[in-house]
Amino acid sequence: MKIKKNIALSDSGFVFDPATGDSFTTNLIGMEIIKMLKDGKSHQEIKTAVLKKYLTDEATFEKDNYDFINMLTKHRLTDGDEKEKD
Amino acid sequence: MKKKKINVAVTGLNAIDSPGPGVPVIRALKESKLFDVRIIGLSYEALEPGIYMHDIVDKTYQIPLPSAGKASLLERLKYINSVEKIDVIIPNFDAELYNFITLSDKLKKEMGINVFVPTLEQFEDRHKANLSDYGKKHKIKVPYGKVIFSTAEIPKLTKEFAYPLVVKGKFYDAYIAYSEQQAYTYFNKISAKWGLPIIIQEFVTGQEVNVTAIGDGKGNTIGAVPMRKQYITDKGKAWSGISIDDKNLLSMTQKLIRSTKWRGGMELEIIKTNKGDYYLLEINPRFPAWVYLAVGCGQNHPEALVQLALGKDVKPFKKYDIGKMFVRYSYDMIVSLKEFETISTLGEL
Repeated sequence: MKIKKNIALSDSGFVFDPATGDSFTTNLIGMEIIKMLKDGKSHQEIKTAVLKKYLTDEATFEKDNYDFINMLTKHRLTDGDEKEKD
Repeated sequence: MKKKKINVAVTGLNAIDSPGPGVPVIRALKESKLFDVRIIGLSYEALEPGIYMHDIVDKTYQIPLPSAGKASLLERLKYINSVEKIDVIIPNFDAELYNFITLSDKLKKEMGINVFVPTLEQFEDRHKANLSDYGKKHKIKVPYGKVIFSTAEIPKLTKEFAYPLVVKGKFYDAYIAYSEQQAYTYFNKISAKWGLPIIIQEFVTGQEVNVTAIGDGKGNTIGAVPMRKQYITDKGKAWSGISIDDKNLLSMTQKLIRSTKWRGGMELEIIKTNKGDYYLLEINPRFPAWVYLAVGCGQNHPEALVQLALGKDVKPFKKYDIGKMFVRYSYDMIVSLKEFETISTLGEL
């Protein structure tokens, strides 16, 4: 899963999609995951980073990450949601 | 660089809940880096707010309503020009454009006034009633539509349309009708205000996006800024919006301007569906009321229009700021009765 390259993310957790004008806010861990996605990190790399930094188990990470990625997809922030027309 | 002093007359001073583009056009011109602009407001009614905005409008004259015809408009402009020596007129209403388009040669030859508006053919072709043919001609998707002249045609609409459908006036107003009964109601409501015909259009769902643009009449897009409405009033007007980075919208705009050789300002109203298809809903043949957002994004379209009107070559804008927002506000001006009396009785202030 890749996040759109042009998504802007501020240090305050404000997420802006310049193609649609949509904006969202996310918490600290959401910001960290989006940053890692923007850097092209794999699911495994993100999981390792989160489990290392936060006091959580693998099952909880998988469940919450699944929800978060679904939310990103629903809001059309992931790649493949936009197609360029002629 | 010394700015050139010019006199520009502007209509559309009705900065109300469904605002005309006059005040934002004037604000854009007042910020021009090329021109030192004296603004002559042209108003139709004594309560148009721009009349009383003396910090941006230097003098206002009432002009006859478009329905009074070209001759009375010409007579009035002759008088105004004898006092003000107008260099450029920027008309901002769809309903007045016909008169200004057909008078433009005369205004130039007899009074030296420059008007940079669409040709009559461009103006007529893009009428809402002709949108289906327009889409085919310029290879742009438009919602299926047809023109009706009587309520007797409403029951037969189900052969071609499914409810909900959109009921539109020829100049302004559009309502979504969810039933035949509502279609009757909206037909009567709109035709009473704007006359016939009424346009029936397929209802396309998605995100509404708009583009303000300007064409040089030779097929070149001088500027274009796409915007997504963020807050919409009950009249469907944008109370807040944001500039967006949508290359498909820009290429659609450029394609249309190239294909039509559009001359002047324009607004494209477009629906982007969830599948990512773009449907053209309307072309407004003048700047929109949110044109000042383009100025905020680095493209002063009204200034470019004045340059084009004066016969200058204008280089196309290459970029604009993305993620710039406008947030409209309302403001109560205190006006003396004397001023209202003056514009009401003398027709100028």
